[in-house]
Amino acid sequence: MASDRIFGLVCLITAVAYIAAALQIQTNLFSGEVLPKLFPLLIGGVAALCSLTIMFKPDPDPDWPVGRTWLAMGVAVLVLCIYAVMITPLGFILPTAIAAGILSYQISPNVKPAIAAGVGLSLGLFVLFKFALGLGNIVAYKVPTAAKLWDALAILIPFVGGH
Amino acid sequence: MDILANLALGFSVALSPFTLFLAVCGCFLGTIIGALPGLGPSNGVAILIPITFTLGLDATSALVLMTSVYYGAMYGGRISSILLNIPGDEPALMTTLDGYPMAKQGRAGDALVLSGVASFVGALLATIGLMFLAPSLARVAFFFGPAEYFALYLLAFCTLGGMASNNQAKAALAACMGLGIAMIGVDSSSGLPRLTGGNLHLFDGIDFLVAIVGLFAIAEVFFFIESHGKGSSIGVKLDKVRIPWKDIMSTKWTMLRASFVGFIAGILPGAGASLGSFLAYMSEKSIAGEKGGFGTGVAKGVAAPEAGNNSAAGGALVPMLTLGVPGSGTTAVLLALLMTLNITPGPTLFTERADVVWGLIASLLIANVVLLLMNVPMVKIFVKILSVPAWVLLPGVTMISFVGIYSLSGSYFDLLLMVGFGVLGYILRKLDVPTVPVILGILLGGNMEDALRRAMTLSDGDPTYLFSSPIAIGLWIAAIAGFVAPMFLRGILKKPQAVTD
Repeated sequence: MASDRIFGLVCLITAVAYIAAALQIQTNLFSGEVLPKLFPLLIGGVAALCSLTIMFKPDPDPDWPVGRTWLAMGVAVLVLCIYAVMITPLGFILPTAIAAGILSYQISPNVKPAIAAGVGLSLGLFVLFKFALGLGNIVAYKVPTAAKLWDALAILIPFVGGH
Repeated sequence: MDILANLALGFSVALSPFTLFLAVCGCFLGTIIGALPGLGPSNGVAILIPITFTLGLDATSALVLMTSVYYGAMYGGRISSILLNIPGDEPALMTTLDGYPMAKQGRAGDALVLSGVASFVGALLATIGLMFLAPSLARVAFFFGPAEYFALYLLAFCTLGGMASNNQAKAALAACMGLGIAMIGVDSSSGLPRLTGGNLHLFDGIDFLVAIVGLFAIAEVFFFIESHGKGSSIGVKLDKVRIPWKDIMSTKWTMLRASFVGFIAGILPGAGASLGSFLAYMSEKSIAGEKGGFGTGVAKGVAAPEAGNNSAAGGALVPMLTLGVPGSGTTAVLLALLMTLNITPGPTLFTERADVVWGLIASLLIANVVLLLMNVPMVKIFVKILSVPAWVLLPGVTMISFVGIYSLSGSYFDLLLMVGFGVLGYILRKLDVPTVPVILGILLGGNMEDALRRAMTLSDGDPTYLFSSPIAIGLWIAAIAGFVAPMFLRGILKKPQAVTD
């Protein structure tokens, strides 16, 4: 009940924001005044209607995970985000080993197999991509400078990086 | 004899030693992907698209490889359904109903071989149906103008929302999410950015592959973290594998009927394989009656959903190839593959790119035979693969997804977006919001808007133009009926619950 109402509310706010953004769409002589806005407005309208329906006719709550699992998933998201920005300055092998190891530990909390999975996956996939599939340019390894590392991490901090 | 000539053309394209090699590789890989719990046809194919793209294969080879993976994953899905009682994807749920009880009786080998044969029959008949039906539907599609196309896209979203989900409002909302995301980027007519929030990375729009891999593959990781990888151990031991001729012969009519039902369900835009296997199972159950013993592990209960499922997968290719409207999550992923290869499905595909279409059909036939030959003797090897633990498998899948998406643009932004879609996918699936309409919306949003815009331009902004032809009116009625009717039918057509130990 409650989760559907919250979900509906979030979607309603998003839909209204979407409609507001659609009204602001710039137009010019080539596109005409209405056409670039028409379909986004329709979508926003239907989405708002659906959100209201979900809010007033909610389904039963799903089984949400409890405290610690939320924490584990938060960590997983953070690890994946850091991995996403680190793959450019650091290359494939080192970030993959660490990220895969942490994910593996979170699925099954045993330290040694997790380390083995991280290292094994990193090296195994490196060999697969570089030698079997010829994608060496993507999975190269790099030695970064401190400045590049900071630039990459700064992407994740709001209002600091991300260019 | 048009079809034979076309088929010969198709085989001449698809039957080179290299493409045959790709077909065998694809079938093998696909069966593994389908068999692994947590990986199904949609996310398996989705992860491989960017990698295939980066490998630089030409269109035909890439198509042969990916369709083999697609059919292979449909085959492989039954292995985890039967042995572990875990359906790899939604259509495989019906196979668990009788497959798992049969395996528990010590007839796991029989169930696997029987379902393999049923899959073969279903897929073969559907491919033949595709050959006959698709060209004539393509001719009808020439009468489609922008108004008809707009109604057709609407129909796809409505039937998908109506039939394949439990809550219409949530399905429609999911479709809106996808369509809304598709609007982001530079507008083709004005050349000005729309809804990008000034972010330069969004000017190109959001690549559908990023969304697909995020929603299907990355979201799966969160589910495994939540469940700590439980339920990935072997449930039933597999002893000897023989060919159960008696069961195969006794289910031959079941397979034929189920294939027919599945094919029809597959053709409906937006309905797809889930409905196919469901209808096939339910119709066989009612034909067999109380004495049939459905749900206790009977041969017919294994054959019907597998034949229906694979036949629906073939049937779903008909609207996908002729109209550009996919019928299921997996065909949506295949549509994404075609779009990546710069092939636009639609009526003109059959005349302008005949080599591609008939090459695809020929490769489906080849893949089907390869799969049957591979699956009966090698089923033990695939069963071994099931014992790959989740704590190796899921990190591996994640890392392959990252490499694939990174290879598309080399930008961290797509990777972060993919993680975001993963989180979104987790929340949506938790709340019982289907994710397939989101994908479909992102894939079709641009075309749907184009159709609407052209209709409005042609009619000088008169909205009644959208209902101006009999075809368009028919499609609108079908769309509304497809969306509304399941609300009333839900009480009658109850989905059977999965068997629990």
